[in-house]
Amino acid sequence: MRHRSPDFWSGLALAALGAYIVAQARGWDYLTDDGPGPGFFPLWYGIAILACSAWLVAFGKSPNADWRGTGRALATWAAVALSVAVVKVVTFAVAFGALSFFIVAVMYRRPPLVAALVAICTVAGFYLVFPFALGVALP
Amino acid sequence: MDVATGLLHGFALALQPLNLLWCFVGVLLGTIVGILPGLGPPATIAMLLPLTALMNPAGAIIMLAGIYYGAKYGGSTTSILLNVPGESASVVTCLDGYAMARKGRAGPALGIAAIASFVAGTVGVLGLMLVAPPLAKLALAFSSPEYFALMSLGLAMVVLLAGRSMVKALLAMLVGLWIAGIGTDVFTSQSRFTFGRMELLSGIDFVVVAIGVFALGEVLANMESREEAQVLPVPKGLRNLLPTMQDLKDCRFAFAQGSVLGFLVGVLPGAGSTIASFISYGVEKAFSKRRHEFGTGVIEGVAAPEGANNSETGGALVPLLTLGIPGSGTTAILLAALVLWGFKPGPLFIAENPGMFWGLVASMYIGNVMLLVLNLPLVPLFAQVLRTPIYVLYPLIIGISFVGVYAGSGSLFDLYLLAGFGLLGYLMRKLDYPSAPLILGLVLGGAMERALRQSLMMSEGSLSILVSRPISAVMLALALVVLMIPLFSRFNTWRLRAMEQEES
Repeated sequence: MRHRSPDFWSGLALAALGAYIVAQARGWDYLTDDGPGPGFFPLWYGIAILACSAWLVAFGKSPNADWRGTGRALATWAAVALSVAVVKVVTFAVAFGALSFFIVAVMYRRPPLVAALVAICTVAGFYLVFPFALGVALP
Repeated sequence: MDVATGLLHGFALALQPLNLLWCFVGVLLGTIVGILPGLGPPATIAMLLPLTALMNPAGAIIMLAGIYYGAKYGGSTTSILLNVPGESASVVTCLDGYAMARKGRAGPALGIAAIASFVAGTVGVLGLMLVAPPLAKLALAFSSPEYFALMSLGLAMVVLLAGRSMVKALLAMLVGLWIAGIGTDVFTSQSRFTFGRMELLSGIDFVVVAIGVFALGEVLANMESREEAQVLPVPKGLRNLLPTMQDLKDCRFAFAQGSVLGFLVGVLPGAGSTIASFISYGVEKAFSKRRHEFGTGVIEGVAAPEGANNSETGGALVPLLTLGIPGSGTTAILLAALVLWGFKPGPLFIAENPGMFWGLVASMYIGNVMLLVLNLPLVPLFAQVLRTPIYVLYPLIIGISFVGVYAGSGSLFDLYLLAGFGLLGYLMRKLDYPSAPLILGLVLGGAMERALRQSLMMSEGSLSILVSRPISAVMLALALVVLMIPLFSRFNTWRLRAMEQEES
């Protein structure tokens, strides 16, 4: 069952990263007339990533991660990513307000009125503090 | 500049009304951040870092340092009242602090935590003031090979102490080096790992990674659970918070050893305040006449770790300011802050910026006094912070993260990166990869590559330069020894036990 452990998969992903780094670094100068080139350092840490990840794939023990609740975390992340993706189209107020509403109403199962209040108050607070009081632009 | 003159200059700067205000804002924010479980000082400092670009650098570093040490005061409140550490340095305080609170002695537990923090925090600043200037003078003899060796040693120690799996810590550090390498090579103008994106030519901003991995990653990890913890009541009135004379007498040794051990552990890169507090608790228990009662509500069991984790702050600033080597995620962010404002932490930092160094030292003395005042009579008020609904808190943290990232660059691309690094931070937590080595690899990666390449230019490509110079050879040998330590089963057992205790 080791081949299905989280260590195996994370080791495999990191091995792919290591291979990519090594492949890229091999395309750059390793040594130049002035000394080490841009490929020198990446080649070595790429090899080190490959070696460590190979060890993890072969010998890594499962960290016994508790995956309960992961769905909640990933749903929140998806909401964050979506709000970032649409912020240019719908403005920060709408994107962030909707994200706040989602967290309060869906993730914490509070009544829609409470969620709407939290969303409106946080958005208003951000506009008051950042653009108006501090002169910092919002996305 | 001698110590007395330097300190006078420092107080002249730190006592300016605006700097006093920033110091107060820093320690207040730090206390609140320390109290709130799930929001640590690295996340807060990373989120606020872009906003400090508008501030005077002296005021900004005074405020950020205030958050750093203020959080350690606040962390004890949550440990004692909730049995949940407000931040990792207060984990061990839960053992006796919460037990005292359950016996109706929450007041003296909170009181002794504040007093121990004040005493040891002040000793830590004293150590910083006395040790940093001579160490900086010693480090003036360093050249590129020594810097490379020093960074290797620092990273080796961080990797060793950062997590249960050394391979995972190494991998996290190597990924940090890779992220640091994204962008245009300063020596040859070759673009590296940019995936054809113009936005990546100037590299990935440290702030984006730090906020993503620490703040967003932490929020996502905390979102897994919907539950909110129950707070034990805090006694009202200053008299009920003050420990008795007998309590203070019992804690004499804890104050002293916590102060000294905390500072010494702080100077070592990678050890950090959590380890300082565990060691101090262990020493206190080992030498106590009532060692068998530890864990049932012994006041020394609160004083020792709380003292050590505050004294550690002064120690941790020594390698940061004199060698430019951060020993933890938070000091790495402080290093990035100093670089952002145009400073170069290292052997010349104190000589070139005496006002900044001595102003920071003086502000830490003032900040510790402010924290004592805030944390004794006002602790019932701060405890109310724990009643803030988390469904209000998390959108706020996410929003501040967005603004923090966008304010630095004005680029929406950085917000996409933020979302990506947030997911990375969450997955690292789930898969047991420590985040501190990643951040340190990222912060030190550029300087480390520069130092190595400059060294090899000096030697015309011969790696022997790294081992033919005595200081560099000794440090590289030490780094190698440090990385081989886990092979010795006895030490590794101790290390793993410490990690497991921290997690439980």
